[in-house]
Amino acid sequence: MKGFLKKDGTRSVLASLLSIVIGLLAGSVIILIVGLIDNRISLNSAWEGIRLVLFGVFSTGRNAAGALTFGFNPANFGNMLFRATPLIMTGLSVAVAYKTGLFNIGAAGQYLAGVCATLFIALSIPSSVVPAWIIWILAFLGGMLAGAVWGAIPGLLKALLNINEVIACIMTNWIAANLVTWLFDISKLKNVTEGTKTGYIYKTTFNGVATPKMGLDKLFPGSQVNGGILIAILFAVLAYILMEKTTFGYQLKACGANRHAARYAGIKDKRNIVVSMAIAGALAGLGGTLYYLSGNTEFFWSTYQSLPGEGFNGIAVALLAVNNPVAVIFTGIFMSLLDIAGLQLTNLTAYNEYITGIIIAVIVYLAAFSLVIKLWLAGRKKKKEAMAAPVKGPAAPMPSITEPKGGGETPAEPKEEEKEAQA
Amino acid sequence: MSFLIRQTLIYAIPLMIVALAGVFSERSGVINLALEGIMIFGAFIGVTFVRILQAAGLFQAAQQAGNWLALQGYLLLTLLAAAVMGAIFSLLLAFAAINLKADQTIGGTALNLLSPALVLFLVRIIAKQNTLLLLSGDSATWFMIKKTMLGFDKSAELGFLGETFLNKVYLTTYVCILIFVILSVILYKTRFGLRLRACGENPQAADSLGINVKKMRYAGVTISGALAGMGGAVFAITTANCSSSGEVAGFGFLALAVMIFGNWKPLNIVGGALLFGLFKCIAAAYSTLDINGDGVYSLAELGLNANFYRLLPYIITLLVLAFTSKKSRAPKAEGIPYDKGQR
Repeated sequence: MKGFLKKDGTRSVLASLLSIVIGLLAGSVIILIVGLIDNRISLNSAWEGIRLVLFGVFSTGRNAAGALTFGFNPANFGNMLFRATPLIMTGLSVAVAYKTGLFNIGAAGQYLAGVCATLFIALSIPSSVVPAWIIWILAFLGGMLAGAVWGAIPGLLKALLNINEVIACIMTNWIAANLVTWLFDISKLKNVTEGTKTGYIYKTTFNGVATPKMGLDKLFPGSQVNGGILIAILFAVLAYILMEKTTFGYQLKACGANRHAARYAGIKDKRNIVVSMAIAGALAGLGGTLYYLSGNTEFFWSTYQSLPGEGFNGIAVALLAVNNPVAVIFTGIFMSLLDIAGLQLTNLTAYNEYITGIIIAVIVYLAAFSLVIKLWLAGRKKKKEAMAAPVKGPAAPMPSITEPKGGGETPAEPKEEEKEAQA
Repeated sequence: MSFLIRQTLIYAIPLMIVALAGVFSERSGVINLALEGIMIFGAFIGVTFVRILQAAGLFQAAQQAGNWLALQGYLLLTLLAAAVMGAIFSLLLAFAAINLKADQTIGGTALNLLSPALVLFLVRIIAKQNTLLLLSGDSATWFMIKKTMLGFDKSAELGFLGETFLNKVYLTTYVCILIFVILSVILYKTRFGLRLRACGENPQAADSLGINVKKMRYAGVTISGALAGMGGAVFAITTANCSSSGEVAGFGFLALAVMIFGNWKPLNIVGGALLFGLFKCIAAAYSTLDINGDGVYSLAELGLNANFYRLLPYIITLLVLAFTSKKSRAPKAEGIPYDKGQR
């Protein structure tokens, strides 16, 4: 148990869990404070709000007496997986770039590029001529390619002209937002047949194109879930293999750790920066692709004033997962769980879904000094050992020096554990 | 032409003051990516403060008495409130970056996520919609200075300069220019400014000469927060017509870009902000823009898509950055947490 606790990975997980708990607490406290200040909101509804924040995904509405009811809600769970799909993809995008030492704040623009290419391909090729599944594949590849191109631009600017990728990404974000608006503005894809809402693009189902459900709709009836989530999980595993098990992934990480040392070792650092951003862009673009190829979501095309939140939430997803592609699957699902809780909050109480954003922000804030939290977690153990150390005699100082590396298998360990157990 | 200059200033002033906010933080060694978030927060505080004053009946009383000086005083108070709250908000970044030695980019991103969520959460509860407006009227009714207020006749001809700088202007423009000049002088001509810049270039050397790096960095970030908060309020009052909706149209990020292509120097920032403001203004008003006053709307007659003009400011920024990046010189120690043990 002690050795398990000392592992760096365990500490990362603990630090992330601690961040989540503090984030949820902060959200609850804000709900309580607003409930106390605003006299239109009773203390009881504040309590309801807190319960929804914590257990929103289990909410099944209100019963006849008006009290909140909780239980397994397949629609909520299905929608959670559906909304997790783009978050996992943008999270992977940020994580892969981060491993190469790049902060991809441009996932929002790459996401939009993916959406744009996908919708144009999926809606422009008539499904009466080309089989729908071929259109689906073309739209999928198109979204991936568009995202990759959009990601490669800041990569090129960074590699060739030494422009800070953060600022280049911010600019390409807004260029994408305006360009997408422009392209849809002059397109024939604006939904005019369903007159209830204006400013939306046709769903891809208008052309008979949609991601297959792969049986998930039977598992979670009443929800929007489809095979996209499985594709996202597949990409997470692929990203993990690429980064951890291949030479190319090692080169990318070497560039991230020390660009100059990597170049000295014969790694093409400039090429790697561009390729890494292109991969990141492709992943973010696929996030948009999978979300809108589902066939049951409509795209609001006038995006020039605001960027899609998926891009920025991807940063949160990646940070919480400590940039581990497999962990991104879980943090992505967790973020969308918060989303669902937020929606329940809007539907059932006087509060609204933006509390989700606050909780995510608190978690990211804590992630900024997760290293400090990890050191603190480690430090507590070190202190305990230091207290136990004098009893052990001259061999004592050794483990405390090697310990931060997480080895933890020094022979002195078990003895120490026994002493602590006795104490 | 005077319309064009006035409008350009309306876009350029918030950019300029927020870019200076960025300079103060980064020159002290802390990357402030949170400018956007602090601006959004400042905008919200500004609008809320005006609403509170309105609820107390002060605005209506001042207008009935014809006392427009009082209204301008309230405007200054609003800016002050936004600056104070912006400074407090920025302490979150300062604490993470300076005390906890956190990753400053991520800390800034956290504030950028926090601010719109918090503002929208509160706005929705206060106003039951996503935009917080004033209780009555808008910024033009309350704050705009018109020539009649300055004692001129309604039909008086003020000439080019008068029309541009006295009629239909906001006091905020001049307040911001004044603050900009004062703070630039402080940054370059005083002991405090020199010390602040030293902490962003070589904090170890500064520390060895007895300068408290922590304190200076706190000062840098707090001044930055105050300016960005004020900039947000200015944006809300002049550019967004006294409304707050959890976004400032990306102005905080644009200010960051202006700061970078202004090479972290106040004078260059003025140039960058004006250039950017001009293109923003063209994007917003190209169809009604009559540059030389002969009744020919030359830009509208070009027949280009409105989206092209909206796109222009960002592409120009990237191009300018591409050409200037070789000469660009960021403060050496920015983004690196100060570690006493590292020499």
